[in-house]
Amino acid sequence: MLNTELSGLRMKNPLILASGILDEVGSTMAEIGKQAGALVTKSIGMEPREGYGNPAVVPLEHGILNAVGLANPGIENYREEIAEAKKGGAPVIGSVFSSDFEGFGYLAGRMEEYGADAVELNLSCPHAKGYGLEVGSSPEGVRKAVESAVSSVKIPVFAKLTPNTHDISALALAAYEAGASGVVAINTVKGMAINVDAGMPVLANKVGGYSGPAIKPIGLRLVYEIASAFEREGARIPIIGVGGVTTGTDAMEYMMAGASAVQVGSAFHYRGRNTMSLIADEMERFMREKGFSCIKEVVGLALL
Amino acid sequence: MRSSEPFRMAEILEVVEESSLVKTFRFRDDVPAEPGQFYMVWVPGVDEMPMSISYMGEMKGITVHRIGKGTEALHAMKEGDVIGIRGPYGRPYSLEGKKVLMVAGGTAVASLAPLAEKAVENGLEVFFALGARDKGKLVFVERLKGTVDLHIATDDGSMGYHGFVTNLAKELMEKERFDMVYACGPEIMLYYFFRTTQEMGVKVQFSLERYMKCGIGLCGSCAVGPYLVCRDGPIFTEKEILKMPEFGNYMRDASGRKVGLK
Repeated sequence: MLNTELSGLRMKNPLILASGILDEVGSTMAEIGKQAGALVTKSIGMEPREGYGNPAVVPLEHGILNAVGLANPGIENYREEIAEAKKGGAPVIGSVFSSDFEGFGYLAGRMEEYGADAVELNLSCPHAKGYGLEVGSSPEGVRKAVESAVSSVKIPVFAKLTPNTHDISALALAAYEAGASGVVAINTVKGMAINVDAGMPVLANKVGGYSGPAIKPIGLRLVYEIASAFEREGARIPIIGVGGVTTGTDAMEYMMAGASAVQVGSAFHYRGRNTMSLIADEMERFMREKGFSCIKEVVGLALL
Repeated sequence: MRSSEPFRMAEILEVVEESSLVKTFRFRDDVPAEPGQFYMVWVPGVDEMPMSISYMGEMKGITVHRIGKGTEALHAMKEGDVIGIRGPYGRPYSLEGKKVLMVAGGTAVASLAPLAEKAVENGLEVFFALGARDKGKLVFVERLKGTVDLHIATDDGSMGYHGFVTNLAKELMEKERFDMVYACGPEIMLYYFFRTTQEMGVKVQFSLERYMKCGIGLCGSCAVGPYLVCRDGPIFTEKEILKMPEFGNYMRDASGRKVGLK
């Protein structure tokens, strides 16, 4: 009932592990791969990066705030993690980031060589200078990054977009025109926390990205907007919704807004190691109750 | 006004110098904790790190070995200074059987001392092997002496058994039959001691340590085999340890690269 296909990736359900969550190490990904439709790796760059110091990830009342700072072991050290991650049985999507456009092509190529089933371009990290958001906040930047990756690999290329912009549809359309197989929306929302007793920001990097339940309405609205723009322009590529998906209802909301699949991240804090199975069961129950037989019937249902 | 999230701010009420490199900080926190659990401790403006809780009850404590930037800043703190805490996190030790052995190397006694006290309160017979490099580095000797059957080892022989605490523990295990062996210490010590316990067919609960960013099951930095130290641990049984290719072998640095332990 939940099985689906996304740009050629065969998935047992439309739930994908979001980048940056439990994906530094292949073995933890493999565990989640037993329950998830697909897995996205941590964002990997050219060189090893320590990222920012602690506090780097903190739970707030309505969501999670982080400034990990693109910590990663570097593409040269990531081959065996992909191999390990694939043991869980779910397709693996390699996430990459780069400060220059050629870098996206190179890194995507390496991910393909390592056996990744698709790549996701991180065009939206909100807290690392010179990367992510700074590359992906203009349609021109998105276009160049996607073109670089698409011309380097045969596997599908997904572009992960930032919500920290006034016009996400323009970014999504730029990705589509450059040949992306799909767009992923949204990355975290820029945010910060201040400790009033200490009188200083909580995160070592002061500012970071906010995720979890609080950002679901933001993500939903942006997915809805992209879906409407895609329909208007005849762009037939899938949207992967992400931002605050914690329950089966949340996932259904995103799919009705036009997402063909959703990514799940912060929810692992609230629901633990079986998060994916719990959400999948809730989706299935909902579909049975409402008389849906296939997940595709739900996609875009709320679009006018 | 409530403390601003995510930390509860705790005023340090007492600082105890345990050895030249180790201090205990006591503060009030009425959130219940169990032996084996940890706090994420924030030194405002400096660092945040996981710390075993060394005193339970309302007057909690952390016992800190000075090894880096964050612990150095903690060591500079005095009564009246304020730290941020979140947690307690992690799966605690579980008491099993009637007669147990606890083995602690160095400052790792921080996690086992409260367990020893709880075990005695619950009527268990507790043997405790406490080790350090030399006499001056032993922590909690006075605290444990009156409570448990205490056996001391020093690598240089300056107090008690001359040799590794794990060798002392092995001798105890040859004489006595223990229902459970609890251990905490440097992983390389745990690695060799684990072999001993496996050969002797003894059930164990070991406390493991890894670099952590979140403490709440998200970042994945503390992954060992299929487990996370922050959420599934830090206490692990022999069945779980056998599923960890990392154990005694390597850990991950902040970038996620493997760093050898041997």
